Amino acid sequence: MPAISNPDQLVLDEPQLISRQPLLLARGMVKHYGAVTAVAGVDVTVYPGEVLGIVGESGSGKSSLLRLLNLEEEPDEGEYYLNIPGYASANLLKVDRFHRRELRINHIGIVYQYPHLGLRMRYTSSGNVAERLIMAGERTFSVMRQAASELLSASEFPLERMDDLPCHLSGGMQQRVQLAKAMALKPQLLLLDEPTSGLDVSVQALVLDTLKRLQRLTHVTIIIVSHDLGVIRTLADRVMVMRRGHVIETGLSDQVLEDPQEAYTQQLVHAKL
Amino acid sequence: MDNTKETMSNIEKTLSDAEETPSDDLSIVNPKTPLSALAHPHKDYSYAFLDEFAKREIRRRILKAIAIPGYQVPYASREMPMARGWGTGGLQVTLSLVGPGDIVKVIDQGDDDSVNAANLRRFIARMAGVKTTANPLEATLIQSRHRIPEERLREGQALILQVPVPEPLRHIEPSMAKTREMHADADYALMWLVLYEQLVRYGEFVTGASYPVIVNERYLMSPSPIPRWDTPMLHQAAHLTILSAGREKRLYAVPPYTDVHPLEFDDVYFQVESQADRVCRLTGARQKFMNEIPQPDGGSLFSLSDTGYAGKLLKRLQDQDVVIGETYYDENGGFYHAGYLKS
Repeated sequence: MPAISNPDQLVLDEPQLISRQPLLLARGMVKHYGAVTAVAGVDVTVYPGEVLGIVGESGSGKSSLLRLLNLEEEPDEGEYYLNIPGYASANLLKVDRFHRRELRINHIGIVYQYPHLGLRMRYTSSGNVAERLIMAGERTFSVMRQAASELLSASEFPLERMDDLPCHLSGGMQQRVQLAKAMALKPQLLLLDEPTSGLDVSVQALVLDTLKRLQRLTHVTIIIVSHDLGVIRTLADRVMVMRRGHVIETGLSDQVLEDPQEAYTQQLVHAKL
Repeated sequence: MDNTKETMSNIEKTLSDAEETPSDDLSIVNPKTPLSALAHPHKDYSYAFLDEFAKREIRRRILKAIAIPGYQVPYASREMPMARGWGTGGLQVTLSLVGPGDIVKVIDQGDDDSVNAANLRRFIARMAGVKTTANPLEATLIQSRHRIPEERLREGQALILQVPVPEPLRHIEPSMAKTREMHADADYALMWLVLYEQLVRYGEFVTGASYPVIVNERYLMSPSPIPRWDTPMLHQAAHLTILSAGREKRLYAVPPYTDVHPLEFDDVYFQVESQADRVCRLTGARQKFMNEIPQPDGGSLFSLSDTGYAGKLLKRLQDQDVVIGETYYDENGGFYHAGYLKS
């Protein structure tokens, strides 16, 4: 170590995990479906601008956890905080229906694995994107039109098809519409539930490209759920490995994916076709 | 309707008289008195068909509906001697409001003489012993399906509209539990998405009838399937409008002088159907709501949809003495509340 001539003048940045408030803080999330325990006491912390990957096999509770974080379902136990104006100290699991709706519209965006969960298949693609603006109170047609085309082109959707119904679009395009819809109101938190699982490999790569570019541009905080380690490796800064409703390993993605500590994670990393 | 009050007070008087007699003292009842002597005299039907309790219930629901403009009040829709879907909702409201001094007009698609209108009118007249008319100025109660008369209604008149689907959110949210939550939260945003879709696909608003409106800046309301032409007539109207759905068991109201605004965008406005270039083939009238009569050559002729109004115009053409009221739309298609319809 080089000698420091005057240690008093040296100013070190505080480690970010100390200086920055986490954007998302969930503690002890538990969710049962009848006799099945989908999520068994999971803690999640995500910092602003970070991409957290959640991996695990089917049935490990990762999608259930995402639904809880999207305020779609109420957990049986737990606390959930988002550091956003007006809600900083409120346990979001306790807020009323009206504010939950406001939070889900303005502050959380989600892309589902199955487009029919996130899109209205009988409304036009641009209408699907405009819906978010309408929900937030926009009532000027020309503004909606303009915003929809900007958002769709930001997610690299071919604009000549913006007024087609999602059911007439390819899987990759449907995911792009979902992405444009999720990003319409510039949410602080973007949840991705297996966003590329239904797509073939080349389209998958293109959609991942778009996601990466959007993240670089907007610095939106992302939680991405996937069973595909390739997707996680491409996008995520940090990884959480889930099994049977528990988090069994967590750490930086390079660290976890290169040097897995848990036996299960080792299996997962080495299980490749 | 004043007579209704009178009838009601008579009934109440009879009831209170009955209470004053010590009827609970069983000792004065001769055991040999036949039961029929203690009961009300037999009548085939109650006045205006519905029994008094049914009428009282509906009147109370109407009061609630008037107190909360546009809010759908559930009521116990009675079995009527005609099929649900044929105006039983409107009929029950008419029958619970009608009194011997009332004058009733019944219209169906603007027509006084269509089967449905004639049928309902005859039934009301027979059951309530009231005078009927085709003249909206003379009528005190107007029951209607699909139209509002062209001549302006005035204070003291009640317009009763028959409603097939009272829930304006029905086609965007099939669950009634959810639509009630949406009404409670005034969460009507998705209706604008429907308008957005119409503009994108067709370039204009294409909802032809039941155009959704916001009443008193609060509740979203389906104004029954009246054409867009009639929708503005509900805004700041002098008359009371009651809308009732018999099959769906809901009634709601627009009280006199209440704001009614059709949904529109800040930059794309609600429009009524253009009646320009349409001339009534019988009366020569313009800028009123017309029925289109297709011709064998592919063209169309038009005639006034409101037959009561057309009848008056015809009488005037024959130099008969007739009073024609002011209409909602003038000869140039201008609406009587200037500035209400934006262009």
